[in-house]
Amino acid sequence: MGGIEIGTAETVVFWVLGPIALAGALGMVLARNAVHSALFLVNTMLALGVFYVVQEAPFLGAVQIIVYTGAIMILFLFVLMLVGRDSSDSVVETLRGQRVAATVLGIGFAGLVGAGIARATEGMVVTGLEGVQGGEGGAADGNIEAIAGLLFTRYLLAFEVTSALLITAAVGAMVLAHIEREPGSRLTQKERSRARFLTSDHPQTLPGPGVYARANSIAAPGRLPDGSPAEASYATGVEPQVVEELPPGDPAGDGRDPGAGRGHGPDAALGTTRGVTR
Amino acid sequence: MNDSPTLADFGQDVWWLVLIKIVGVFALLVVMTLFAIVFERKVVARMQQRSGPNRVGPRGYLQSLADGLKLAFKEDIMPALADRPVYFLAPVIATIPAFLAFSVIPLGPEVSILGQRTPLQLIDAPIGVLVVLACSAMGVYGIVLGGWASGSTYPLLGSLRSAAQMVSYEIAMGLSIVAVFLYAGTMSTSGIVAAQAGDNRLDFFGLQFDGPSWYAVLLPVSFIIYVIAVVGETNRAPFDLPEAESELVGGFHTEYSSLKFALFFLAEYVNMVTVSALAATLFLGGWRAPWPISIWDGANSGWWPLLWFLLKVVAALFVFIWLRGTLPRLRYDQFMRFGWKVLVPTALVWILAVATMRTVSREADLSSGEVAVYVGLPIAAVVLAVLLVASRKSNEPTRIAAVAAAAGSTNPTEPEVLPPVRTGGARHRPAQRSGPARAEGGFPVPPMDLVVPPSPRLASKEPVAAGAPVASGRRRPSPTPRKDSDDA
Repeated sequence: MGGIEIGTAETVVFWVLGPIALAGALGMVLARNAVHSALFLVNTMLALGVFYVVQEAPFLGAVQIIVYTGAIMILFLFVLMLVGRDSSDSVVETLRGQRVAATVLGIGFAGLVGAGIARATEGMVVTGLEGVQGGEGGAADGNIEAIAGLLFTRYLLAFEVTSALLITAAVGAMVLAHIEREPGSRLTQKERSRARFLTSDHPQTLPGPGVYARANSIAAPGRLPDGSPAEASYATGVEPQVVEELPPGDPAGDGRDPGAGRGHGPDAALGTTRGVTR
Repeated sequence: MNDSPTLADFGQDVWWLVLIKIVGVFALLVVMTLFAIVFERKVVARMQQRSGPNRVGPRGYLQSLADGLKLAFKEDIMPALADRPVYFLAPVIATIPAFLAFSVIPLGPEVSILGQRTPLQLIDAPIGVLVVLACSAMGVYGIVLGGWASGSTYPLLGSLRSAAQMVSYEIAMGLSIVAVFLYAGTMSTSGIVAAQAGDNRLDFFGLQFDGPSWYAVLLPVSFIIYVIAVVGETNRAPFDLPEAESELVGGFHTEYSSLKFALFFLAEYVNMVTVSALAATLFLGGWRAPWPISIWDGANSGWWPLLWFLLKVVAALFVFIWLRGTLPRLRYDQFMRFGWKVLVPTALVWILAVATMRTVSREADLSSGEVAVYVGLPIAAVVLAVLLVASRKSNEPTRIAAVAAAAGSTNPTEPEVLPPVRTGGARHRPAQRSGPARAEGGFPVPPMDLVVPPSPRLASKEPVAAGAPVASGRRRPSPTPRKDSDDA
């Protein structure tokens, strides 16, 4: 093997991040909870991003993190979060022997791909990305320029076709999810608010139910300042409940008896200066 | 004397120098956070004519330390329904990228630290600005996972909002930066600062002068889009929908307490400092001195630039606080519509315009600054004027209605928009006019001959006539002797 030497730092990074990436991949397959699974995948993608940076492709690494982990996996999470937190995968096999077959086939597929790549790269001289794109006699003076050069010359057609495909997919999704609505058939917030003010007798919010120490039920109506129940505060669909008043206290109560004066309405209990009772 | 570091100057530091820089950046961010919190409280207080925190330390400036200590000693609650590992990880995931992003921000030129010449910047890379974007992309996870793992409704809603909000505003933010890349010809932060170094000589009908070289002036549309987008990106008012307290209690961090909450808090403020620093770097000339100071030769060398940089960051932070003190929160659908239908298309058209200007300047052999000033500024003015006219046009009915209402019309608009609304689906609710009396068909107004009814708490039973001083809530001694229920 000729070409370039792999530095110590790169080796360390590889042996630290390699197992982490693998663990993330395994965790993604084995985790029961869909969100945990997605998080393991995020972990693997981050590790791959760092690998790209270490292998002198910083732009690719940054794009991997921004696009895949930052945008696509967030959208995955967005959907998974709505599934519900406690819905874990069922471990009951619906097809008999499915798990064994999947394991055997998976190992077989991994073996095939691994062997194919090993054969294809056997005896290749490692030159490093820097040597190909930057460096002496390289195609360009950096990773970004090299990618831009190739993307807009040699691979321009493939690039444009891919973007056309993506746009088609996005437009298709929009067409499928779109609901045709007559323009102006839906009232805007401004129109609704104006209508409320113009037509209803009660533009502001209705008074809430009364909550007293004796009744914290929404069936208890709110009180007007004179102590009578506020009819506008009656709750929907519930019989208004007449809250039991405390029995009138000792007429000569000196204030220490908690029931003193309660018979005179709610304000009397506060120790008003009004001495007159009804 | 050229102090501007280039990409080749990075990665040459000895290990202890790197360590000093790491600790320095960390300390700077923490101090800036503590400062930003107390600064925010004081500035908002001044805007609301209060005095703000003024008890802890000199003039209240140590309030943040007291707040931090209080947070640390609070009880750490783990909700029963929480997904424990994720609940624990989420604040950590939110905080680490926030700190990491600052590593590529250039704080100053080459300086001498303990005998070593080194750029005042932790690290730079050909993809410098993309590192910040990647970190802000990772920061979304902290908020999303925190809301999900709490096992509660409001945090989940908050995190759903934040996921959609931060991803869409990140697109606008990324697009606004593209124009800067086109102008500077590089993505490295130190390169972008060097590109704003002010070699923008203009020849205005024989008058030679140095034109502005900040990208905030040369690329005004980008700057405005960036400022709006980062406010959405950092979840600050008026775009603080993930934690809208009037709708979602506390949003994604409702269930968090103690140090875990403190980490979210820290991450928000560090993010604010980072995007402010990035705004200073990309659009406000980085650490380079602003114009009147830059006449002095020594302004752009040594440690002085650190001061200019920090002043620019504080100015950007002030704008954040100003927005919070001024603007009400947007409704969520309006906010998303604004992001996707206004910011992103504007940014795309602007990139097209900038690319055209670049090509024109190359073909016609003009300096890019000249093109920007002679072509870009007029175009920007036209665009702004069109936007102004469009917004006035779209608000026309409301404006006419407001003018008519001010002129005394009680019913400025069409009489009936909807059939009368049945107030209350209540079986027991009698239709009654309990609200204030209204002019016919108009908005509720208090009656002109207002008579305040007697307060039941007061013994005096005479109604208070309009204009007479209305009794305050305070109970005053009754003029009549208390009759103690002898006539009960």
